[in-house]
Amino acid sequence: MLTKPEMSPDGERARDVCNRHGNRPDELIEILHEVQEELGCVPQAVVPVIAKAINLSRAEVHGVITFYHDFRSEPAGRHVVKICRAESCQAMNGEALCNHAKAALKTGFGETSANGQVTLEAVYCLGNCALSPAMMVDGHLHGRVDARRFDEIIEETLSEAAQ
Amino acid sequence: MTRMFIPDDAAALSMGADKVAAAVKREADKRGLELDIVRNGSRGLLFLEPLVEVETVKGRVAYGPVAARDVASLFDADFLNGGRHRLGHGPTEEIDYLKKQERVTFARCGVIDPLSVDDYVAHGGFAGLRAALKKSGGDVVKDVTDSGLRGRGGAGFPTGIKWKTVLDAKADQKYVCCNADEGDSGTFADRMLMEGDPFTLIEGMTIAGIAVGATKGLIYIRSEYPHAIAKMKQAIAKAVAARYLGDNIQDSGKSFTLAVRTGAGAYICGEETSMLDSLEGKRGMVRPKPPIPALEGLFGKPTIINNVLSFAAVPDILSKGAEFYKNYGMGRSRGTLPFQLAGNIKHGGLVEKAFGITLRQLLEDFGGGTHSGRPARAIQVGGPLGSYVPASQFDLPMDYETFAANGAMVGHGGIVVFDDTVDMALQARFAMEFCAIESCGKCTPCRIGSVRGVEVIDRIIAGIERDKNLIVLDDLCQTMVEGSLCAMGGLTPMPVQSAIKHFPEDFDRPTAKAAE
Repeated sequence: MLTKPEMSPDGERARDVCNRHGNRPDELIEILHEVQEELGCVPQAVVPVIAKAINLSRAEVHGVITFYHDFRSEPAGRHVVKICRAESCQAMNGEALCNHAKAALKTGFGETSANGQVTLEAVYCLGNCALSPAMMVDGHLHGRVDARRFDEIIEETLSEAAQ
Repeated sequence: MTRMFIPDDAAALSMGADKVAAAVKREADKRGLELDIVRNGSRGLLFLEPLVEVETVKGRVAYGPVAARDVASLFDADFLNGGRHRLGHGPTEEIDYLKKQERVTFARCGVIDPLSVDDYVAHGGFAGLRAALKKSGGDVVKDVTDSGLRGRGGAGFPTGIKWKTVLDAKADQKYVCCNADEGDSGTFADRMLMEGDPFTLIEGMTIAGIAVGATKGLIYIRSEYPHAIAKMKQAIAKAVAARYLGDNIQDSGKSFTLAVRTGAGAYICGEETSMLDSLEGKRGMVRPKPPIPALEGLFGKPTIINNVLSFAAVPDILSKGAEFYKNYGMGRSRGTLPFQLAGNIKHGGLVEKAFGITLRQLLEDFGGGTHSGRPARAIQVGGPLGSYVPASQFDLPMDYETFAANGAMVGHGGIVVFDDTVDMALQARFAMEFCAIESCGKCTPCRIGSVRGVEVIDRIIAGIERDKNLIVLDDLCQTMVEGSLCAMGGLTPMPVQSAIKHFPEDFDRPTAKAAE
C-alpha cells in the first residue's frame, strides 16, 4: 500500500501559516512574511506546500517570492544590518558609511559575514531622512549614523546577543 | 502627578528615545517621584529628538535633544516644573520652528497619546466622521470636491473627482485603499502621522467608505515601517472597540472594516496599480490605465486609492467645512502641505505650511541652512523622481502649477538638500540605477531604458564621446517619458534631465583622449 510522503517540519509550519490565513491566495504576501518570520527564510522546499494550500501554481508562488526584496530562500546571519543608500542619506555622505560598514564587517552588500553573525543589506529609504544617514539593525532604527556610531551600535548588538 | 511626553516615533527612537524613557523612569524611582509618561508621536522638530515635554502650570515645556546621560541633570534643574536647563526650549508651542507653521493635518501629531481614543476625541477627533454620518454620500463628496483637496501622494489629482467616480459606479462591492508605501527618499510625513495620530487616517478612510458605499478598506504599509504597522494595527483594534469602526458605526447602520497589509520591499508598489496587484497577493506589476482603479481597482471592483495625507485631510474638511480648508494655499493648490526637510540640512523635520512658501524659506528660515555649513547647491523636490532644483530657483513659490511650469514638481513636498560637494552626474546616474533596480519590468522603456541610461551616463562620466552620448541620453529620456506605463519610467528622466540642464559643468568631464 502506498503511503503519503511525510511532510517536513518546515512544510507543516508553512501549511499551518496558510491555514491561519484561511488559505487565501490574496494573503500570499502576509503568508510569506510569517513563514519567513518562523523559519528565518522561505526555503525552496516549502514553496509547493504553500502553492497547494492556497491553490496557486508553484511558478506563481515562486514569482511572488522573487519579485520582492524582503523574501530570501537562505537564512540571513544572526543580525541583519540595513543601511539606507537613497538620496537623503547620500547627501549626508552615506557612501562613506557604506564603505566603513563593508570594511568593519568584512562583507559586501547582500552578503553575510564569514562567522555567520551579520548580514549587510542595502535599503532604499527608512523614512528617517531628517536624521540621515540612517540604518536599521534587527528592526531597530538609528539616525545620524557616522563611523563611530556605527561601531558602537554593532558592538552593542553583538554583546547584547552574547549575554 | 506630573505628565511627561517622550515620543516613540521611529525617528525619536532612532536617536535613543527608549533609553531616555528608561532613564527618566529610573531616576524618578530613585527620587521617589511618580510620573505619568505618555509615549506620544513626534512634533516634527526632528533635529531636537528625543524631545521631552513636561506638562507644567505654564503649559508644555520642551527639552531636547535629550540623551540618557542628561536625565539626572534635568531632574536637578527641576525640569518637572519647567526649570532652566541648557537643553530647554521653553514652551513647546512658542518654539519658532513650530510657531511659524500652519498645522492642520498634523495639528494633533505629537500633542496627544496616539493610541487613546479619549485623547483623540478631546482634541476634536471623530467630529468629521460624526458630520459625515449625518450627510448623504453625495454631500460628503461635494465637501471634499469644494475644499480643493488634491492627492497628497505626489500626483495632485483632485480627490473629490476620484471619489465621485467611485460613488457613481455601480457594484456589489467597493473598496477604499490607502497607499502608505512611502518609499521616496526625503519623505516621512505618512510615517509620522501613522505613528503619531493614527486615528486621523482611520477617520478619513471611514468617511471615504461611508461616502461612496465601500465597506472594506486596506492600508498598504511598507515593511520598512515596522513601528507604523504596529501602531496602525493597535489603533484599528481600539477604534473597533470604541465603535468608530466595524459594524453599525456609532449606531448609524453603516459599516466599514479596515485591515493593514504589509509591503515586501518593492519600491514600485507605491504606484497605485502595482499596489493593487500586491494587495491581491501577486507580483507588484503595473497595470495599464484605463481602466482606472476608481472603476476597476482591487479585485476588479471600484476602488478609492489615496495617500495617507489625503485621507488625513478629510476629517477637518467635514468638521470645519470646505471653506476652512480652501482658505489656505494659492492658485489651484489649496490647503496645506506637510513639507519634509531632509538630506543635508541643519534643522530637518516636518513643516506644515500653506502652498506658496518658497524653497529658500524652508531651507533657511526653518532648516537653518545645510548641516555641513557649506552652500546648498541643489535641492531635489518631490522624491527620487523629482527635479534637482538649482539655487537660482530657490525663490519659486511652492505650488503645483508654478513648479510644473519650471520643469519641476512639488510632489509630496519632500525636499532633499545637497551641498556644494555633490556630483550631479553621479546623482543622475543613481536615478537611472535606482529605476533599473526597482522597475517592475512590465514595459520596455523603463526596464531596458534604465539599464541603457546607466551605461550612457557612465560613458559621459568617462569622457567618451560626450556630446554624442548626451544626445543619446536625451533621446532615451524622451522614450522613457513618452513610452512608459507609469510614473516610475516616465519620471526617472526628470532628475536626470534637470541635473544636465542646471548643472552642465558636472557632465563636462575631461575627454578620454585628453585623460590619456
